[in-house]
Amino acid sequence: MNNRYELNKNLAQMLKGGVIMDVTTAAQARIAQEAGACAVMALERIPADIRSAGGVSRMSDPKMIKSIQAAVSIPVMAKVRIGHFAEAQILEAIEIDYIDESEVLSPADDTYHIDKTGFSVPFVCGAKDLGEALRRISEGASMIRTKGEPGTGDVVQAVRHMRLINQQIRTIQNTREDELFQVAKDLQVPYELVQLVNETGKLPVVNFAAGGIATPADAALMMQLGAEGVFVGSGIFKSGNPAKRAQAIVKAVTNYNDAKLLAELSEDLGEAMVGINEQEIELLMAQRGI
Amino acid sequence: MKKTIGVLAIQGAFAEHIKVLRKLDSHCIEIRKPSDLTDHSLDGLVLPGGESTVMGKLLRELALFEPLKDLIEAGLPVLGTCAGLILLAGKISEDDTIHFGTMNMVARRNAYGRQLGSFQTAAEFGACGKIPMVFIRAPDIERVGANVEILARVDHHIVAARQANMVVTSFHPELTDDLTVHQYFLNLVPQKTKTCVA
Repeated sequence: MNNRYELNKNLAQMLKGGVIMDVTTAAQARIAQEAGACAVMALERIPADIRSAGGVSRMSDPKMIKSIQAAVSIPVMAKVRIGHFAEAQILEAIEIDYIDESEVLSPADDTYHIDKTGFSVPFVCGAKDLGEALRRISEGASMIRTKGEPGTGDVVQAVRHMRLINQQIRTIQNTREDELFQVAKDLQVPYELVQLVNETGKLPVVNFAAGGIATPADAALMMQLGAEGVFVGSGIFKSGNPAKRAQAIVKAVTNYNDAKLLAELSEDLGEAMVGINEQEIELLMAQRGI
Repeated sequence: MKKTIGVLAIQGAFAEHIKVLRKLDSHCIEIRKPSDLTDHSLDGLVLPGGESTVMGKLLRELALFEPLKDLIEAGLPVLGTCAGLILLAGKISEDDTIHFGTMNMVARRNAYGRQLGSFQTAAEFGACGKIPMVFIRAPDIERVGANVEILARVDHHIVAARQANMVVTSFHPELTDDLTVHQYFLNLVPQKTKTCVA
């Protein structure tokens, strides 16, 4: 099991500096791969559409996921509802490369997350602060992403979550060892993980940015704030020219410090997704599963 | 004098390679744009693990492809791990894509299937003894041509090889504490003569 957990963390390391794109069809998956996505997230409806459709949102049809697995050679991820371990078992059975236990879908359990240590396939989970991140890691997540606010095209929450996680890490790094026990108590996380953060000054797994990233500049902002890669959901296939925007975001993640190149990449991308800002939405997905 | 190693840093696990190379007292340069190649004189090059489709595309679009290919063909020592192996392969099985294509071998992507097929083992590497090997959605080498020395096999798969200045592994030496593969690569880099600064 430990060995498997290491291998699963290792796969996330290979994704670093890359862009993981939401796709709903095999054709979109091919466009994403062609544009330079390092992995795709297969789902029936992108977050913006989940938001406007309302109702209960569930794991995607395995047949649709398999068609995407057949269409591309890069890793394929898919989402399950928070706490829905049976959906996770199904995705493991079709050999998914990564499961996203995601607040974008309707939660199946309002208390318990999935015990991810019982699975061989890796899990990525969302977090809006360090406590959430370390709780998910103690449950077996081998990769973390900010929650952001999916399907909005508004980056403000992803920024807030990334800044907060990194601030909390820096604080722990500068905390006296005999005070770490209290930190663990306050954050409601295992002491061993707090100790690890204190020693290393980072999360013990890879941390991506997600939720509301719509432009190359958004991607560069998140990378400069310390993200190790980005998820782009609705931002690509809800925009005017998906292929071009996807390529631009991929290059922006690689060269996030090169403002001159970012300027070129930001030119003439067509219409960005319209977006809604956080004051205008009724449902804050980031509040799900803490 | 320290050896200067360029590490291709456009996507993937380049930071892990840099960490290992620093342990072996090398000076590392992250290669992201053409000026990174003209500003420094490299003694060696590492092509890390990641997604070969992403790297292949970005290499061309960021205008790194030709200058790097020229350096490799001119004999610059290069270590390619996982996706890096794919970039150097003369042919990729069931795929018409060729990247640098400088090494006389046929590589097969995702030879062990999806993430559930990822594994860790230990096997002989050249004459260096047994080393730990981590395979993540790994490729293998289906067959090698002339002038390619096989350095490691796991079961019936060829997982490491060398041709002149090029060393490739389908596993990830940068993910373990073992320094053997990186040391082997650095040994291909000619010793720099000490320049005297008075």
